[in-house]
Amino acid sequence: MTQAQIEIQLVAIVVAASCALPGVFLVLRRMAMMSDAISHAILFGIVIAFFVVGDLASPLLILGAAATGLLTVVSVELLQRSGRVREDAAIGLVFPVLFSIGVIMIARSAGQVHLDTDAVLLGELAFAPFDRLTIAGIDLGPKSLAVMLTILALNVAFIAVFFKELKLATFDAPLAAALGLAPVLLHYLSMALVSITAVGAFNAVGSILVVALMIAPPASAYLLTDRLSRMLVYSVGIGIITAISGYWLAHVLDASIAGSMATMAGVVFGLVFIFAPRHGLLAGVSRRARQKRQFAEAMLTIHLFSHEDSPDSAVECHKDHLIGHLRWPHEHAERVVNQSVSDELITNQNGHLHLTPRGRTMAKEWLVQ
Amino acid sequence: MDLSLSSFFSDYTLRTVALGATILGVTSGVLGSLAVLRRQSLLGDAISHTALPGIALAFMLTGSKAPLVLLFGAAIAGWIATLLIVGIVRASRIKYDSALGLILSVFFGVGLVLLSIIQKTPDARQAGLDKFLFGQASTILAEDVLTMGVLGFIAIVVVLLLWKEFKLLAFDPAYGEVLGFRTTSLDLILTTVLVLAIVLGLQMVGVVLMSAMVVAPATAARQWTDRFGVMMIVSAIVGAVSGIGGAVASSLTPHLPTGPAIVLVAGSIVAFSLLFAPRRGILWNWLKQRQRGRRFQEEAALLDLYALAQQHTGQSHSHTLGVLRAMSAAPAGTRRTLHELHTRGLVASDSSDGWRLTPAGFMEAEKLLREQNVRT
Amino acid sequence: MSSPLALEINDLTVAYHDKPVLWDLDLEVPAGVLMAIVGPNGAGKTTLIKAVLGVIRPAAGSIKLLGEPIEKMRRRIGYVPQHGSVDWDFPTDVLDVVMMGRYGALGWIKRPGKREKDVALQALEQVGMTAYKHRQISQLSGGQRQRVFIARALVQDADVYLMDEPFQGVDATTEIAIVDLLRALRSKGKTVLVVHHDLQTCPEYFDWVTLLNVRKIASGPMAEVFTEANLRKTYGGRTAIYSSINGAPNNQGLAKTAVS
Repeated sequence: MTQAQIEIQLVAIVVAASCALPGVFLVLRRMAMMSDAISHAILFGIVIAFFVVGDLASPLLILGAAATGLLTVVSVELLQRSGRVREDAAIGLVFPVLFSIGVIMIARSAGQVHLDTDAVLLGELAFAPFDRLTIAGIDLGPKSLAVMLTILALNVAFIAVFFKELKLATFDAPLAAALGLAPVLLHYLSMALVSITAVGAFNAVGSILVVALMIAPPASAYLLTDRLSRMLVYSVGIGIITAISGYWLAHVLDASIAGSMATMAGVVFGLVFIFAPRHGLLAGVSRRARQKRQFAEAMLTIHLFSHEDSPDSAVECHKDHLIGHLRWPHEHAERVVNQSVSDELITNQNGHLHLTPRGRTMAKEWLVQ
Repeated sequence: MDLSLSSFFSDYTLRTVALGATILGVTSGVLGSLAVLRRQSLLGDAISHTALPGIALAFMLTGSKAPLVLLFGAAIAGWIATLLIVGIVRASRIKYDSALGLILSVFFGVGLVLLSIIQKTPDARQAGLDKFLFGQASTILAEDVLTMGVLGFIAIVVVLLLWKEFKLLAFDPAYGEVLGFRTTSLDLILTTVLVLAIVLGLQMVGVVLMSAMVVAPATAARQWTDRFGVMMIVSAIVGAVSGIGGAVASSLTPHLPTGPAIVLVAGSIVAFSLLFAPRRGILWNWLKQRQRGRRFQEEAALLDLYALAQQHTGQSHSHTLGVLRAMSAAPAGTRRTLHELHTRGLVASDSSDGWRLTPAGFMEAEKLLREQNVRT
Repeated sequence: MSSPLALEINDLTVAYHDKPVLWDLDLEVPAGVLMAIVGPNGAGKTTLIKAVLGVIRPAAGSIKLLGEPIEKMRRRIGYVPQHGSVDWDFPTDVLDVVMMGRYGALGWIKRPGKREKDVALQALEQVGMTAYKHRQISQLSGGQRQRVFIARALVQDADVYLMDEPFQGVDATTEIAIVDLLRALRSKGKTVLVVHHDLQTCPEYFDWVTLLNVRKIASGPMAEVFTEANLRKTYGGRTAIYSSINGAPNNQGLAKTAVS
């Protein structure tokens, strides 16, 4: 691998890790679409900041854009609190308006600003190695890498310091407030961090990938664990896998790196969605099948139990009667009977069904609850 | 730029764009109402983003850039995306907003990959595809408008036919299920029509801004009416006005892209509606509140003066401002209240800063007392 | 000539995520009764209603309404849900909501017309809400909302009415009005099944009762079935019950019914 390739992947990895961390909380707090809103509204912030500062490379752009993120969040909440607009509608209103203002401002000052709206939305990681950070004449690597490492550090620090508070605020906001942990303040701090991360990241990968990286890895992690700390670690891990595999996919297809990474984010999610051990699709299907079988067996054993000592037990405890009495379709009845036999719950003598001691125990257990 | 009406009709581009924008406004107004009422506002955002891979694939498979073909691809992609979103939510513990954001961004990423692959083919005609990203209203042709018109027509006809079913679906789907209207089927139909409505607008305003076109007209309309049917109509009108307004503004002003212009017009109408719509408007309510407060103070002052007059048996006995202030629950505004009453001819003042009721004032005070007695 | 059963349920079993919610339920409800469905939380009362409505699929068993399988009898069932299930900020008025009860009879695409409006106005009259016909639903009180739901079910012109806690959260006046309405329905020969939470008022309002706790504990005429023994079986002794329910005074310091 060439140095440029390594650097690109490094940037990608750092971006993915930085996005995954705040993304976990967005997903858990059902604010995932805020990432979409903020990353689009950022254009507005950058343009304003640019007009104030006049320099595309200024770090003040990050602050300006981060402020826009907060502006978006606050506007959405104000609209919501007015009682006249629902939260989802508020989001769908605020960011396009801000984005429009940004686009118009760029268009109006055409020629003065080399801010390609395509780049804003789409980004291009491939150019990262060319914009270098030089201090005192020493080449310290791509500028975006330095920026993103700082942002990553910020995210890690924030979560490490406020872990307990974040955990409480995410899962039980009223309790957190009662304990005086100021969930509101925490909320705005984390939103500011989301904005800063989005700004730093979009420069490398564009708005859409920011959304993908903030949602997909945490969503995948959510299907893999029930613990917040693990979810954070898994999200970062999955983000890194996404970044590297995305890069190589782009390499093979000779296609957009950002797009490939977003694609791989989806692929990874799809795999987790299907194969996750407890919350995955396959796991759920097999669990439900098992439950159904248990339940049917329970019904059968209970039915036999409650009728085995009755005078008409010969009729009631016959396989054919199941179809009538329990309204089970023929094949289903056959299957349940055979399963119960193989599970040693009943014996089947020419259609007459008798409970084994084990079957009787099962029936009694079910009846008790 | 010649502003006369005749120039409007003779400017082909403006006419085309304005017509297209109107169709966009009306359809997204109507369908947006249903989406917003069902709390699916962001579904519009998602469907617009997921259109990209559909467009790219349609081009890759057919080699054609005809809008109908591309939009068909966009529609299929949007439709599949919606199914996936619903599927994810139903089959796992992933919540709706996460599923939206996930599918939206992943599909868009796939679209980017496809676009970048297309870009490398010797066929340099790819350039026309990314106009769907930001919308390039100025490049809309009459045949594009025709496509939009047909799609919009279908969408609106479906809504008109299934009017009560959609109303039921939005308001009380459980009850609808009981009545025999399968929610899943209705949902599928509504989603299909929503996809049509969104896809037809992409050329005009682009992927990012389509979300606003779905949400804004409906939100504005809701502030003006409490009736479902009226809301849809107002929403369509707001959409149309935004469309035409944006189109005209864009053609009159240099360097003003159409898509954002339409969105800003729509946004302003929303802001205006939120503030000033009767009964629901924020500022409207605030003004009404102040009015009511003032009316209340005037009535109180009148009754205070009446009570004083009773005590002094002389109708012409006047009382100072200080006395009235002392009796008032809101002393600071007493002078202004008295002036207001003076203007209405209900009190008179004499030279020594004394205030008393006029005969008309007496009648008004007595009327108020009668009303109070009736109420209690 | 024997009157047909309004409802005939055999071996009904409903499971949710493999936990049984209704188990092996046999129930016969004669036509023309006013029946309370009673049981603790989680007893399966709402599930029973939903199964009869056909909106959930049972794991086993069959349900017949007026002698026919329920799939065929949708039009003959009226439904009043629990009040929490709707978006009250929806732009619609009282009359509009009530007319929705006729949508089933109208079928697909057909719009409600004058006839539907008249029927709706009649129903509003019956529930005492005529003055509110054009009131926006967000401006209604809890009791008023309940009445609107009942009116909506009335216009369905059903033979059997299913109501899920219609007295929940309503004021005393509305409660009396609803009881009168139920009695009026009964006198017209309709059958009314009501999930009811207040044991106090059961004997007064209803003439039949089904005691439910995942399984059927007992079902039949109120006087026969609503006994302390049965209630204890239903509630598992977790709640103290007014012993004077059956008229026998008992001052062992038992507290009033509090179904937790």
